[in-house]
Order: sequence, then structure tokens, then C-alpha cells
Amino acid sequence: MCSLASFPPPLPSGQTTLCESNNELLSGTASEHPQKQVRVSPFRHSLKLHSRTESSSKADGRTDTHTPTHTHSPVSCVLVVPKWLSVSSGFSLALLRWFSSFHGSMFPHLTLSSEDMLAEFSQVLNWSDCVVRAFAWHPHTDKFALALLDDSIKIYNPKSATTPTLKHRLQRSVAAVQWKPLCASALAVACQNCSLVWHVDPCSLSTRPSSGCAQVLSHPGHSPVTSIAWSPSGSLLLSASPMDTAMMVWDVASESCVPLQRVGGGGVTFLSWSPDGSHVLASTPSALFRVWETRMWTCERWPCVKGRCQSGCWSPDGSRLLFAVQGEAVIYAMTFSDKPGPQAAAAVADLSETTFNTAKGDITVGGEIQSLSWDPTGERLAVLLKGDPQAADRPAIIAVFKTRSNPIFELLPCGFVQGELDAEPRLMQFHPNFQHGALLTVCWSNGRITHVPFYFLSAGVPHFGLGGSPSLPRPQEGAADFANQSLFTELIS
Amino acid sequence: MFSNEQSCWFVRKVVCWRAVASIAWAVLLLLPITALFVILSRFSLLHPIQTISECLSFATCASAIFSLILMCGVIIMVGFLNLEYYTVIPTIACSRIALLGQLLHPRQLVHSLAHCIMGTIVAWCCAVTIGGRYESIGGPCIQNDDTDRLPQMCLNEYHLILLLAGAFVGFSHSLLGVIYNMNYVSFHTVQQYKYLRFKGSLLLVVRCSSTQALYCVRNYIVMYFFLGYIPKAWICKTLNLHLNSSVHPLDSIPGLLDPSLLYHQWISASFLLFTWHITLLLFRIFVTEVYSFPVQSSFTEDAHQCLPKVLTDKQPMILKFLALQDFALLSQHSPSRRCEVFSLSQPGGHPHNWNAITKECLSLLADLTQRLVAYHDTVATNGRSKSLSSGSERKTSSESSVTSGPEDLMSPRPAMLLRTPASVFARSIGGFPQSPLTAPFTPDLDSPFSSPALRRLTAPMDQCSPWFGTVQSPHIMRRAPKLWSTSTDSQVNGSPPASPASVPSPKQEPSKPSRLAQFLQNRKEQLPEASSQALFADSQAHIWALEGLSYLVQASFSEDQFGVVQTTLPSILGSMLVLQEAVDRHFKLPHASSKPVRSAGSLGESTHKTLRFALRATLKTSIYRITTTFGNHLNAVKMSAEHRKRLQLFLEYKE
Repeated sequence: MCSLASFPPPLPSGQTTLCESNNELLSGTASEHPQKQVRVSPFRHSLKLHSRTESSSKADGRTDTHTPTHTHSPVSCVLVVPKWLSVSSGFSLALLRWFSSFHGSMFPHLTLSSEDMLAEFSQVLNWSDCVVRAFAWHPHTDKFALALLDDSIKIYNPKSATTPTLKHRLQRSVAAVQWKPLCASALAVACQNCSLVWHVDPCSLSTRPSSGCAQVLSHPGHSPVTSIAWSPSGSLLLSASPMDTAMMVWDVASESCVPLQRVGGGGVTFLSWSPDGSHVLASTPSALFRVWETRMWTCERWPCVKGRCQSGCWSPDGSRLLFAVQGEAVIYAMTFSDKPGPQAAAAVADLSETTFNTAKGDITVGGEIQSLSWDPTGERLAVLLKGDPQAADRPAIIAVFKTRSNPIFELLPCGFVQGELDAEPRLMQFHPNFQHGALLTVCWSNGRITHVPFYFLSAGVPHFGLGGSPSLPRPQEGAADFANQSLFTELIS
Repeated sequence: MFSNEQSCWFVRKVVCWRAVASIAWAVLLLLPITALFVILSRFSLLHPIQTISECLSFATCASAIFSLILMCGVIIMVGFLNLEYYTVIPTIACSRIALLGQLLHPRQLVHSLAHCIMGTIVAWCCAVTIGGRYESIGGPCIQNDDTDRLPQMCLNEYHLILLLAGAFVGFSHSLLGVIYNMNYVSFHTVQQYKYLRFKGSLLLVVRCSSTQALYCVRNYIVMYFFLGYIPKAWICKTLNLHLNSSVHPLDSIPGLLDPSLLYHQWISASFLLFTWHITLLLFRIFVTEVYSFPVQSSFTEDAHQCLPKVLTDKQPMILKFLALQDFALLSQHSPSRRCEVFSLSQPGGHPHNWNAITKECLSLLADLTQRLVAYHDTVATNGRSKSLSSGSERKTSSESSVTSGPEDLMSPRPAMLLRTPASVFARSIGGFPQSPLTAPFTPDLDSPFSSPALRRLTAPMDQCSPWFGTVQSPHIMRRAPKLWSTSTDSQVNGSPPASPASVPSPKQEPSKPSRLAQFLQNRKEQLPEASSQALFADSQAHIWALEGLSYLVQASFSEDQFGVVQTTLPSILGSMLVLQEAVDRHFKLPHASSKPVRSAGSLGESTHKTLRFALRATLKTSIYRITTTFGNHLNAVKMSAEHRKRLQLFLEYKE
């Protein structure tokens, strides 16, 4: 089992991880390659102000605290009502509240407000104050969508000069975005009250597609939506809400849904569809997750010992599932094969806290896992560790593993990916088809988005003639390339 | 004929048995449902123990068993009618007149009559079950005004009102079945086991039957208030019963608003509808279950049951649909069966299976393309007058039609100024309360007059409603607009026939005959949206064909050992691209891309209303599936320059 102790020590502060080449992570100071980064932070201040003024209801918790007093006493209004009516309705209300409190004590997450719930179950670290709330690469082309703090979504495409901004009246508190596979235009968005499917014509020159381009998929009781997942064949969309025990299977074209309901768990928080389309991981707010088989939509229940399943990811062939459980610093693996039989999850990596001695003092790395991401070639696994926001020497950090499935499945240490000083990683995703290995895109707390390439030869793809790393990362040329592309709009205040 | 014989084989061996199984389950479920009904109907809050003992004593008496047997008979009959009347291609009435024609069709009349009678029978059983004052139709009574004070047989109006309610609910169930296409069996995109599917839709059925029962009872008591004396007098006369003058007649306001009577009517109607809906639901679930056809058989006598042969059958449609569904699923999930499709015949080495399957799928696609092109051509030739008049409607309104009203107003054409305020006004007055477009979550059941004929009278402007969709066949449609445009002179003076919002405005009153013509025309008018619904009515078959072909082509990249797919790849791509072009053109037509309103909480199928969107999405996904699999290898495929240009868009992800 791999542990963090075998990792190379984290970089000294001020150094950022640039790329991996020849089996080692290269680093540099932040000022060396500014071209590789998108900076969204200049928006940050204005975004926060904007969102406060726009909707006072979804401002932070302190302003909310006085409003429940209004809602708690609907019967004590000045209207003249018969006494028996007020008494009986008050009684029934009390009974109802008692019942719901009972329900809430069984499933504590039901008492959260929808914003808190999104923050709790999102794959993004500290979702509520994160500038970039969701990120999604297009599965086939080089474009990506960003959901920002002000509930707008921007689409960046290197081949077009326009960056469409998507805004919709129902698009609030975006928890996740995902592009539809086998389609150029459709983007699904998980929002507070519904899911939206935008159809953004890639040839259109419009920077503000009208809200008529969005399909609204809503179902009573199915909100807030915290996770969405397209089937890899592009035909179905799954959506999950922690408030709803049913997971919705949407036929997007006809806007109809089939609820798949199972008792237990109290909701569905996170969905992940295996790349071959045969299984879906659905985790619940309690210590239980399910793995659905997508042919006849039956499920296996997997009770966890400690906490809920926080995150999970599938190997490219869909045969292996890695997942992390809340409260444990361990990555588990599960294999799926055609023959049924007793299976158990095996711990494959131990991420318990490890202290590294660096020049500037000790840094403790490890602990709970926020999210997992496996690159499409199945060779690199990125793990976002939560860290401890209070303690300065326990930063949130991304640990990258090399993965190998032959002859036995194992994880090998690769290194830590670090950003600028005081920037903690919030969100990460691998590029779905990077030619020279893997490309990890990281959104940082200071609003930057960086791409960290990992150059290696994929074992699955035959290569001829080359023994070492492919096409060495030519730093100057690469930087020039990046500078020429308009994919990364440089916005420095 | 041979094909006739084998279709008999399928219906006899599969469909019938599935129907029988569904009926058997419905009959089995009748027992708990009836028990629940007995408890609910006799429940009294103050004496719960007495209720239970009453229910138990009732369960053992002979009349209970007799009524249960009767109800079993009714369920079997309903199941049989479901089997007889189901269809996999929805028949949509194109206009009011066509809908009326559908309702008055002899076949439909038989259906309505049967449901009427069965409703009465179930209501009788309910009356017996509830007992008390509902028990029998006649009873001894003493007339006050009688001098002799002799006991006579009097009519028990409570019994009668329940029986008639049953008949009414049965009849309206049959009528609503036509309007909501209840006999249309749609196939689900998500495969689930039967039990789970049943469990999943049970709640919907409960909700839908109780709300429908509520509306039916409301309509019924209104009708009974006005017309109740007719059946009462008739029954009295035929059965030689007397009217009891000592009790209040029920066709009065205090008589009808008796809460207990209303409750019993409602719960009987809910019970009736629930059992019937359960039967229908079970039938749908059983009939649409996946049937796995063998791809090839070693025995020649079974050859007609194999997938390539079955696909080419025209009749029965259910066989073709199930075969296509199986084809789509095998191409997606089953490598071993895909391998059989790609295999070569043993002596000779011909890919017979693949050839037969692709030929059938491509002919299906070509058929749809041809239909779309023909429709587009007729619209284009006929559209000159239309384009002027319904220019405002031409804006693809994916929003609701409510917003298209103001658009009418704002449209700058001066010629329309006379008309548009009237039309907006008319729509907002006449169409608003009933129009499902304006109230998405209240199906038409809401309208006080659920009979379509009555609604037609009350809301003559409400033509945009998608319920009144469509068209008998494309041929009739193709001919019809031309006929109208030549027969009436109305287009000349600027009151267009094509606009759904057009009303005979008061300014045109002098031309009386043209007004009548217009009225008829408005009735006969097919809506553009409805006609495009009708064009895509059987598109589920095309969707499966597209999915199956694209998955097979995708799999052939790694699994096709003999290269059988390569020979047909150009024609597959060509027909998909041609269809894509035709579909794109079709969606540029007015109303083709406007979304129908979703009917939440109704058991009627509305899948057919969105089939065209599903087809468009599937078509694009299928082409992308092929292009992403083959990538730049597709440049080696022979095709015309135009197709290559289109394909390049797909390769660059710009479609």
C-alpha cells in the first residue's frame, strides 16, 4: 500500500509545480510562466459584492438568522380566525415539526439550508467562497466551461474569439457542470432548483446566448441538485439531490424523467458514471453508497463503516472504482468483473497525515480526501486533500499518484502539485484527451486556473522509436505556443 | 401467406401471453385493492372497531363474493379491450373535426359503450360494498300523500346516482382515453425490471386516478343536477317504481352537496379508475418488455423468428418495434450477439445478417427522409401566403405561446394591426382558462367541461392546444392546404388560414359565406406543430435504427473481423447525413421546434409529442458516435462533396 511518506517532499513556498517530465515534477517560481494561467481573481471582489446585492436571501448565514422567526409562526398573524382552528392547526403544526425534527435527526443533512448543503456535498473544496464553482472540459474538443461565483457560466474556446456567458434566471448556486458526450453544444448545469441543459451553438458569434437556449429539467422535490452525470453514450442524464431519495434519469430531448428510488440513505449526493457506461456510483449522505448497473438499473448497496462516500472515480475501462470515505484518509478500490461474487473494497493507499521537514519548517500533509480524479489513460491519479484551513502548516494540497494495473493494481507516488503562495487548490479535472500524457487543470482559491501537464508515454498506446519521455517539454516553445493561443484570456488588473 | 403466418406466431405466442399475464396480475391485485376500498368506504372516525368488524362480516357474505367475481370479470374485459385497442404508433387527430371523427368512429363507440356498461357494473359492486342506503335500487316506503298508507316499492335514488356515476366515469374514461392517447403504448428509454417499473409508477397511478375521479365527480354532479330527472323517470317507469316524496330528491343543491354522498361517489370513482389504470399500466409494462430474438438459428424452420427476418416484417407493428428495440440493445450491450451480426454465412461467406439488418434500417431512414422532404416541399409551395400571415408565428417559439401573443402585437406589419389585437384578445379570453399552454401543470381535466365537444363550444379559439394534435396521414395534409388556399378568397383580404390565432374579426362580417368557410376551415385546420408531431409519430423505430446502426459501426472498429461494415459505411453515413439535413430543414419550419407542454400527473402518454426532439438528438449523437470512433479515417470513405463538407463539421465538433 502506498503512503504519503514515500512522496517527495512538498516544494518550498513560492515555487509552483509546472509539469511532469522524465518521471519527475518540475517546478518554478510563479513569475516565470504567467502565460499558462488564467486569472479570474480580478472579478472576485466585484463578484462577491454583486451576489450580495442581487439576492439577499442567499447571502451568508448571519443575515439569514432572523428570517426563520417569520416563517416559524405562520399562525400567529392578526387575521381573525376561530380559536379552535388556530389551536388545532397550531397543534398539527407542532406535531409536524416534531416529526420532521425526528426525520432530521435521522438524516442531519436535511436540516441544512440548500446553500450549506451544496457546500457540504460539492466536490469543490470550500464551495461557498470559491470563485470558480464548477469546471468542465469538453470531452472531445479543447474548450471548457466555468461556473463563477456570480452564477454565470463562461465558455472558453481557443478556436473562437467569443467567450459566451450563460445566464439564466434559474441558474443559481451552480454545483456542477458537465458537457454532453458525443455532442458539440449541450452543457448540463446543476443548479439550486433544477438542472439546466444549455445548447450553445459552437459556431454562434453571440456572447450572451438567450435563456431560450436552455432546457429546464425540474422535478418537484428534486432540489438542490448537487451532482449530474451524462451517460458516456450521451443519451441519458442523471441528476441527484441530497433532499430526494430518488435519482432522476432524464431523457433530455423529451424532458421526461424516470425516478429511480431506493429506500435508505436519505438522498443522493454524488454521481459518477463509469467511462464504459456500465456502472454508476451514487453516494448518499449517510454511510452508504450504491453502485448501479445501467443495463436494467439495479443496484448494489455498499455500506461504509465510517462515513459517507465523499468522492469516487472510475478506471478508463470501467472495471475498477476508487473511492474515498469521509473521516478516513484511505483510498479504497473495488473491481467489477462480469462474474458475480463476493467482493470487498480493498484499501490501496494510505493518506494519513505525514510531516515533511522543509527549509521553512514542518509541513503536515494528508488527512481527509475532498475529491479524486483519474486521467483518461489511467496512468495518473490526482487526490485533493482537504488539509486544515485553521492550521497554517496543514495546507490543502493535491497529491498525484502513478497508477498501474498490470500485473497487479498499485499506486506509486508521483508528487505534490502546488500553486502560488497562499493559493489552495479548490477543484481539479483532467483533460479528457491530452495527446502527450495527462493534463491536470486546477482551480485555485485566488481565482487562477492552471494547467499542469504530465508528460509520459501511455502504456496502453503503442509508441515507436522513443525510449524516454515523448517530445520533451520545450519550455520556450511551449510558452510561446500558449501565449499565442487565445484560450487563456489574460486578465491582470 | 408466410409473413402472415409468422406474425400470427408472434401475436399468439408472445403478445397474447404477455396480455394474459398482465390481466392475471391485475386480477390478483384486485383483492387487496378491494379490501382497501371496503375499509375506506365504510370507515367512520368515531367507531374504528365497529368499522373493522363490519368489514369482516361483509367479507364473508355471499354478495361480497359475487361482486368480487363480477369485478374480476370486468378487469378481464378491460384487459381484453386494452389488448384489442392498443397501438404503438399514436393516432393523433389533426383537427377538431378529425377528433370528433375519432370519437364517433364505430370502433370507439363500442369501446365507450363497453366502458359505460362496465362502469355501471363496478358501481353496482361498489354500492353493494358500501351498503347502507346504497344497497338496492328499490325499497319499501310509505308515501305521505297516500291515503291508504300502503307500503310501496320506491326508487332508491342513492343507488341510482352511484350507478349512473359509474357509467359516467366509464364513459369519460373512454373519451379521455382518445384525447390523451391512452391506448398508445410507448417504450421507455430506461430498461427496468417489471416489478420495479410497476412500483415506480404506482404512486403516479394513485394520484392520477384520484384527481381524475375528483374532476369526473364534479362534472357528473353538474350534469346530474340538470339532467338527473330523465334517467330517474325512465327507471321508475321501466321498473314500475315510485318516487319517494318523503325524502329530498337528489337532483337538488342540498341533495347533491351531501358530503357523505360526495365522498362515496369520489371513492367509488377512484376505485374504478384505479383498477382500470392498474390493468392498463400492467399491460403496458408487460407488452413493452424486451424480447430477445435470436440473430441466427441453426434450424431453418426457426429462420422466420430470427432478427433479420423479423425486422423486415411490416405487420404487426409491435413485432417490428420489439425487434428494433432488441436490435438497439444488442448493438449496445451484447458483444457475443454483435459478433453474430458481423459473422459470415458458412457456405458462401456472405454477411447475410448484416446486410438484411442494414438494408431494413436504411430503408426506414430513407422513408423518414422522404416523408420530411415531401412535407417540406408542400409547405414551401403553399407557404407563400402563409409566410406573410403567420410571420410572427414563424419565430421559433420555444417559449410558451403566451409570449407569442405580445409578439403579435409588436410585429411591425401594418396589415396585421387590425387583426392582431383581436386575436390576442380572443386568445386571452377564450383560450386562457382552458389552454394547457398557459397552465402547464393543469391538464385538460381542469376544464369544467371535460367532454371535448362541449369544450369546443366553450372555447372555440383554443386551437393552439397541443392536445388537438394532428393529422391522418401526410398525404391528406399535403393535399389539404392547397385545397383551402384555392377554395377560399380569405387570404387575399389578409385574414390568413394558417395562423392558429386567426379569428374571424368583426371587420369582415359582410362576407358571410367566407366566414362560414373560415369557421369550418378553422375547425379543419391542422396545426403546424401537430402535423410535425404526426410526421414523427413512429419515430421510435427510427431512433432505434439509428442507435443500433451507430453502435454497430462503433463496435465494428474493433470487433468486425471480416470488414463487413466497411462496405456499407458510405451508405450509412450518407443516409444519416441526408436525414440530418432534412431534419434540420424541418426544424426551421414554424412551430416545429416549439415544445409541447408537459402533462405532469396524467397517465396519458405524451411521449409522441417529443419524439421529434428525441430523434434529432439521437441522430446527432449517432453521427458523432461514428465520427469520434473513426476520426480522420472517414476521409477515406467515398462520399459526395456536400456530405463531406457536412461531415467535416461533425469532425470539428461544430454541429
